[in-house]
Amino acid sequence: MDSARLLPLVVAVPLLGAAVLVAAGRRLPRLVSDLLGCAFAAATAVAALLVLVRAGHAGPGAYPVEWVGGWRPVGGSGVGIVLVGDPLGAGLAALVSLLVVAVLIYSWRYFEEPPRRHTGSFPALILVFQAGMCGFALTGDLFNAFVFFELMGVAAYALTGFRVEEPKPLQGALAFGVVNSLGGYATLLGITLLYARTGELGFAQIGRRLDAGGPDGLVLAAFVLVTTGLLVKAAAVPFHFWLPDAHAVAPTPVCMLLSGVMVELGVYGVARVYWTVFAGPGGLGHPAFTRALLVLGVLTALLGAAMCWQQRHLKRLLAFSTVAHTGLFLIGVAVLTPEGVSGTALYVLGHAGVKAALFACVGVLLDRYATVDEHELFGRARELPVVGALFAVGGLALCGLPPFGSGLGKAVAEEAAGHTAGWLPALYVLVSAVTGGAVLRAGLRIFAGAGRRPRDQEGEPETTGEEEPETGRRLGRIPVPLVAVPAALLAASLAVGAVPAVASAMGRAGALFTDTGGYRRTVLDARAAAAPALPPPHWQPTGIVLGLLSTALAIALATLAVRRPARDGTAALLAPVRRLQSGHIGDYVAWLVAGTALLTVLTVPGIR
Amino acid sequence: MTVLPYLVAGWIFLIGVYGLVTSRDLIHAVGCLAVTQSSTYVLLLAVGYRHGGTAPVFADTPTDSRVVDPVVQALALTDIVVGATVTALLLALVVQLRKRHGTVDPDALSELKG
Repeated sequence: MDSARLLPLVVAVPLLGAAVLVAAGRRLPRLVSDLLGCAFAAATAVAALLVLVRAGHAGPGAYPVEWVGGWRPVGGSGVGIVLVGDPLGAGLAALVSLLVVAVLIYSWRYFEEPPRRHTGSFPALILVFQAGMCGFALTGDLFNAFVFFELMGVAAYALTGFRVEEPKPLQGALAFGVVNSLGGYATLLGITLLYARTGELGFAQIGRRLDAGGPDGLVLAAFVLVTTGLLVKAAAVPFHFWLPDAHAVAPTPVCMLLSGVMVELGVYGVARVYWTVFAGPGGLGHPAFTRALLVLGVLTALLGAAMCWQQRHLKRLLAFSTVAHTGLFLIGVAVLTPEGVSGTALYVLGHAGVKAALFACVGVLLDRYATVDEHELFGRARELPVVGALFAVGGLALCGLPPFGSGLGKAVAEEAAGHTAGWLPALYVLVSAVTGGAVLRAGLRIFAGAGRRPRDQEGEPETTGEEEPETGRRLGRIPVPLVAVPAALLAASLAVGAVPAVASAMGRAGALFTDTGGYRRTVLDARAAAAPALPPPHWQPTGIVLGLLSTALAIALATLAVRRPARDGTAALLAPVRRLQSGHIGDYVAWLVAGTALLTVLTVPGIR
Repeated sequence: MTVLPYLVAGWIFLIGVYGLVTSRDLIHAVGCLAVTQSSTYVLLLAVGYRHGGTAPVFADTPTDSRVVDPVVQALALTDIVVGATVTALLLALVVQLRKRHGTVDPDALSELKG
């Protein structure tokens, strides 16, 4: 079968699965509905991987393009909807699907036995979420991207508030929903402006029409509005406030997906829209884009790392670590080189496995001890050496230890960033050392009982980790999937860095992704784009040294923190920053507006 | 062409955002979000409007007659469906929050800090 025909299946199969589970879930026993969910998710993964293989091995640079329903454009303009299986988009769809399979397997034994007649609801929601994310990764149409953006959003809000019996998940889901929807509407306003200018909705068509004129205020406004929504999804500072709240309260399997791929899809959206729509002479100038995204990326990375170090609620700790890494991904995109894109793609791949594995380990702690508080758990998990080992390995991989995929991605991205500004590699090392160090510190205290028991401090804003376990009763013995899934995810992350084929495929994906003209020719004219030949990303001595350096730094930081707990100095210094995380929806919306203004100020010099 | 509809769309968006920022009631906040969204309808319809155009239904008009843009109407419809879903879900969360927590005042929801 023509692999372009597989593209709609990647979106349709999970939707079909969700419909089947909703319709039949009332009558099915739990095991059958779980198996059905896994089967549909796995079938989607197979379709996405087939597209990916096709995109990777065809002639010079061609990749599958499908005009849904046969509505092809006539003379460069059209009303049809296009799905594009370029290697990066198809790769992301495959990553989403594989992670969804892992999450569904993880949740076999994870949730409390659901109430009778509702066995299908959780896997059905996860499948809708998967369809939204896959569609967003594959679409070549701006309005369609908005629809998939909202589809994955709605599924994610519902999943965040899945445990409706407790007040905290409801608060987190509400903040998540309001802020993300507002961002989505800003995106829609921007899309409308672009339609007003060009009369087109496809990435490639809009880009071509824009290049007929010069950049002006309308293009700038459209760029800022479209990017605002995507950056909200990506949780860039100051759009990030919803993320820690949502991650702290969502069920653990959902956190694995939110942190593992959904946030990264926001970064992907920014990169995709810029390269296909705004990168030409009629769009926004490269220096303006680089400046705007570098500023936001550096702020995000630093703030995320600082907040991550301060947390004692393990899920919030991991959530802020995701914020910090998103900053690094944004920097990788901001440098506007193929190397930056392929490095970031590798980093995202490696990070997804590691972060999902870490969340999975925290889920085990939550279900066994009914808390995810670092201070509460001090030394209590000595009896779980395997989980402790996985947690430690995850922390080391988060620092960028070679040969993990996160390490290779970090090395490639930081080298690409170093060509733009010499101090950026230092930022990469610092941020990954601090976030990895925070995880290692928590791991040392919880699984080894190292150092002194930390004191609780009074009077500071604090979210402690008193949570209800998600299983019916506390776990006695740890079920196999709860350990096997994180182990498999870490192994996959290791494979990303250790198998050279993955890196070279990503190098090619980055080259194709940044080839604006090639994308437009492939989509609109069905002409094969010749991929620019670049040396594939691989381990370089500097990258290995910097990866080892950040790992050593992280171990030193963690040891220091365990030996000499809780100096009041840094905590007092960061207290004002922590107070911003107020849990108040109005504050978050105000910051969103401020962020949009900042984005405008940073990009204004890009127009003439 | 007049700029008035565009200014109105911008005004509706900003007034909705203002309401969200200052809201003391979550039901009201979700309403404000819906107000914000209605600015997108106004903008879409303003963009698709053709002076003197009729509805894009060619059953009883000549095929070369001047019509408003049907694409934006399709977009506005999709947008309405998306908005209805989001609003319904958020309102359901608020109702559930009221049941479990006994309040809909965002100032009272302070369990997620720092």
